[in-house]
Amino acid sequence: MKGNSMKTTLFTSRFRKSRFVSSLAAAGAAALILSGCSAATSEAPSSSAESGTVAEETVAVSLILKNLTNPFFVAMEAGARAKALEIGVDLTVGASKEEGDDQGQIDLIEAAIAQGQAGILITPMSSNIYAAITKAREAGLFVIALDSPTDPADIVSSTFATDNCAAGEAIGQWAAGKLDGKKAVIAQLVIFDDRAVPVDYCRANGFLMGMGIDVPTLEEMDSAASSGSYTSGTGGDYEIICLEATGANEEGGRSGMERCLAANPDINVVYTINEPTAFGANVALKAAGKVIGEDVLVVSVDGGLAGVKAVQDGQIQATSQQYPLRMASYGVQAIYDIATGGAAPANTSANGQFFDTGVTLCTDETQDAVVAAPQEDSAYCIENAWG
Amino acid sequence: MSEKSSSKDAVGKEFELRLTPMRRIQKTLYRYPWLSSLAVLISVVLAFGLVNERFLLPSTISLMVQQTVIVGSLALAQSLIILTAGIDLSIGSIMIFGQMVMANMAVFAVASNVTPFAGQNPYLAIIVGILAAAAAGSLNGFLIVRFGLPPFIVTLGTWSVFMGLALIFFKARTIQGPEMPEVMLSLGEGFSVGPFFVTFGLLVMFALYFAVAWVLRNTAWGRHLYAVGDDPIAAKLTGINTNRVLFSVYLVAGLIMGITALITIGRVGSASPNVDPMLNLQSITAAVIGGISLFGGRGAVVGALIGSMIVVAVEMGLSLAGVDQAYRTVAIGVLVIAAVGIDQWIRKVKV
Amino acid sequence: MMEPIVKARGLVKRFGTVTALNGADFDLYPGEVLAVIGDNGAGKSSLIKCFAGAHSADDGSMWVNGEEVTFASTHSARDHGIETVFQTLAVSPALDIASNMFLGRELRKKGFMGTVLRQLDKKGMRLQAAEQLKSLGISTLQDITQAVETLSGGQRQAVAVARAAAFGSQVIILDEPTAALGVRESGKVLDLIKDLKNRGLTVVLISHNMPQVYEVADRIHVQRLGKRAAVVTPKSASMNDAVGIMTGAIDVPESEQQLSPV
Repeated sequence: MKGNSMKTTLFTSRFRKSRFVSSLAAAGAAALILSGCSAATSEAPSSSAESGTVAEETVAVSLILKNLTNPFFVAMEAGARAKALEIGVDLTVGASKEEGDDQGQIDLIEAAIAQGQAGILITPMSSNIYAAITKAREAGLFVIALDSPTDPADIVSSTFATDNCAAGEAIGQWAAGKLDGKKAVIAQLVIFDDRAVPVDYCRANGFLMGMGIDVPTLEEMDSAASSGSYTSGTGGDYEIICLEATGANEEGGRSGMERCLAANPDINVVYTINEPTAFGANVALKAAGKVIGEDVLVVSVDGGLAGVKAVQDGQIQATSQQYPLRMASYGVQAIYDIATGGAAPANTSANGQFFDTGVTLCTDETQDAVVAAPQEDSAYCIENAWG
Repeated sequence: MSEKSSSKDAVGKEFELRLTPMRRIQKTLYRYPWLSSLAVLISVVLAFGLVNERFLLPSTISLMVQQTVIVGSLALAQSLIILTAGIDLSIGSIMIFGQMVMANMAVFAVASNVTPFAGQNPYLAIIVGILAAAAAGSLNGFLIVRFGLPPFIVTLGTWSVFMGLALIFFKARTIQGPEMPEVMLSLGEGFSVGPFFVTFGLLVMFALYFAVAWVLRNTAWGRHLYAVGDDPIAAKLTGINTNRVLFSVYLVAGLIMGITALITIGRVGSASPNVDPMLNLQSITAAVIGGISLFGGRGAVVGALIGSMIVVAVEMGLSLAGVDQAYRTVAIGVLVIAAVGIDQWIRKVKV
Repeated sequence: MMEPIVKARGLVKRFGTVTALNGADFDLYPGEVLAVIGDNGAGKSSLIKCFAGAHSADDGSMWVNGEEVTFASTHSARDHGIETVFQTLAVSPALDIASNMFLGRELRKKGFMGTVLRQLDKKGMRLQAAEQLKSLGISTLQDITQAVETLSGGQRQAVAVARAAAFGSQVIILDEPTAALGVRESGKVLDLIKDLKNRGLTVVLISHNMPQVYEVADRIHVQRLGKRAAVVTPKSASMNDAVGIMTGAIDVPESEQQLSPV
């Protein structure tokens, strides 16, 4: 009898909660539509919560990353934790085991659903996890994609990202401007060369497009012709020597660069997926007797503290700074607001598909050719760097 | 009956005479299983050299040899364990753990909020880092010997444990080269010998191979290691303390992983927890391609060195030929299966 | 009366619910070949594994040369001069003949290389191994550096026996040495046993094969239901009698179970 009554209570409370969550989600969705109509604002989501309705219930949020070792994601985690502590959100942080491990993320999404959390912040590994995201939204969770937009964008409730294509374009434009008509002999150090991951192709192909090289298919890593001419800056000839998979880490960066140099030692522009890869590539370039900044230009994306310090030291010539800390802390705030009856943030990106947390091109040699992002010097970037 | 068996012998002899070249190859490979991998390495190098002349440039060869240094050193540790019919999945994870310990201990600025032990003498930090890896290796050995757990399961567990500990203790913080005392990067330095560049890390790796190969061939410990891997029950009955041998192998492997941690810092130019998580499988691949039998007790460690060179040569060759990563992965897989096939074949040798 | 070289009284060995030895007695006299026969499950292997140091008895006592002993490992049995050739031979298939003969008691070089670097005296071990094989009349093995797994069953047996006889042992226990061999190779192993006896060694032979037992044994220990049922000699009992005792068809009174050395 006792057990039976307990069962009933449990059941009703669960029932109530799920009804509560789904009504919230409906409200959130309505708010999203409404705010979409109103004027876009680039302000951070407001932290003023209407705390009347659910004062006692803590808002639980999952942050699901690609890994816990890349400084970029480490910074995201730090940003989310700081914000969660500040506003009293119960934050769970998890990650897949390695690049390409979709299942790890799916498991974490399912765990968040099972716990009846209010929302999920996720850096989606690939399209393979979309089904799980849809399941989470059907269960009433508010899902925000961080850093990597989904395709189509409406898979998630909202996206807080940086425009990776614009980040790539900015360094491409910078490189073209700096070359000033010289022939570009390009090495591309990417994460994968055999899998289409948005952050990977958007940065790499964005870089080529920024140089003014024709990229027929954005989603295809080796879509551009291997030689031809670029049009940005004063324009000139180009040749793409290699597209090496590095796994976006130092050792991969070094080995990848070494293979590129073996194929052609005259490389003078090195695109790197992120700064750790650039550091690895630099070791290989120096070992090959290259003077970085003179014989070869190294460009990258991320804007971590070590990365922008390297800009100051002349080890990286230009890098697009992104704001993972901001993404994660805005994201935690947004879910909290929605769970406590507030509105979802409006999209601010150029194409209106996501909430843009911004890109800054960090360089100590500004180029007029750069239009995709504002340019700042390394001192400013160090001030604003994460990690 | 006796006539019958002697006539059988005669038939066997005739058979043997007829197949002499093949049998001779089989018997030679039986004695020196790494010869087949050496043959593969030479043919791979020649084939790629024909396809792309840049492949045989001294600078390219020099690069390839340098690229073997991390996987090659880990493959040595892995080989010792495979020779005992075990396997170590935690190998990359322990290496990263050792790397994070030594870097965070030596560097004060970054690590000060992580550990009160930071800012030490770099030599002390290096020694502690190597010992930390050795301790991690002996934990594997302890769990396997004391509780009789299968190495696969134990090291699958410790793979996660040490990766997690590195993240917890050191906040996943990459320590950049310029932050570190110079001595920690010294194994990445080197000197030129004609057109070739030789790093100190490479010399350390060769020295490790030489030392381990010598010990395996020339000491009772080496004999016992093979005996334990070959048939643990027989080894025990002959009076070998199989538990002690097994434990010491995991300890020595941990020590090698710790030294590899320093080699890796030198090569990569930073201490990062963000190193390839697949190093464990790569080291197994190198050992197997090098003719070290996964069934234990057979193979010479020099094979693992040749095996890692094959993997690097295939990567470089296909890269120069403009072949996608996916095909390189397929090629390595084919090599592994072929290596296991050859291992099975040469073990069928009879006199 | 002569003192037994190995003596046991009331040995008990249980494996879970199975009692392999149920108060077994045993007497072995210097210089003899004692065969141990018995049905499957009579406890032959368990009995000799107690002497080999591979098992430790749950109860009962053992004496070697009149001194009471307990064996913790095969090592301590060897220290008392008892060497065993197990049915599985306990050889390492991939190692060569010389390495196998010295496995677990390798010789080290003298001087710095041996004491500090612990380098093995491979040449010395090969020479001694070859000598040992030669002195036992084993001539079919030409290459001492051959891996054991490349040898025939009889040759492997010969290596294992040579190993057992090589280290100044007094007693050699052979567990079913001919079970896996053909007639010709079995004959060679029996010759080897006679040879061991001629060299003054004491031999325990566990076997199923009655004709072979009757060919080489001085006395026959019949094991039944975990105990010693009787000791007979090839002269005192026919093969049929021995089999009868083994199977329980013939009951031997307690007083006649023990038999003095021949």
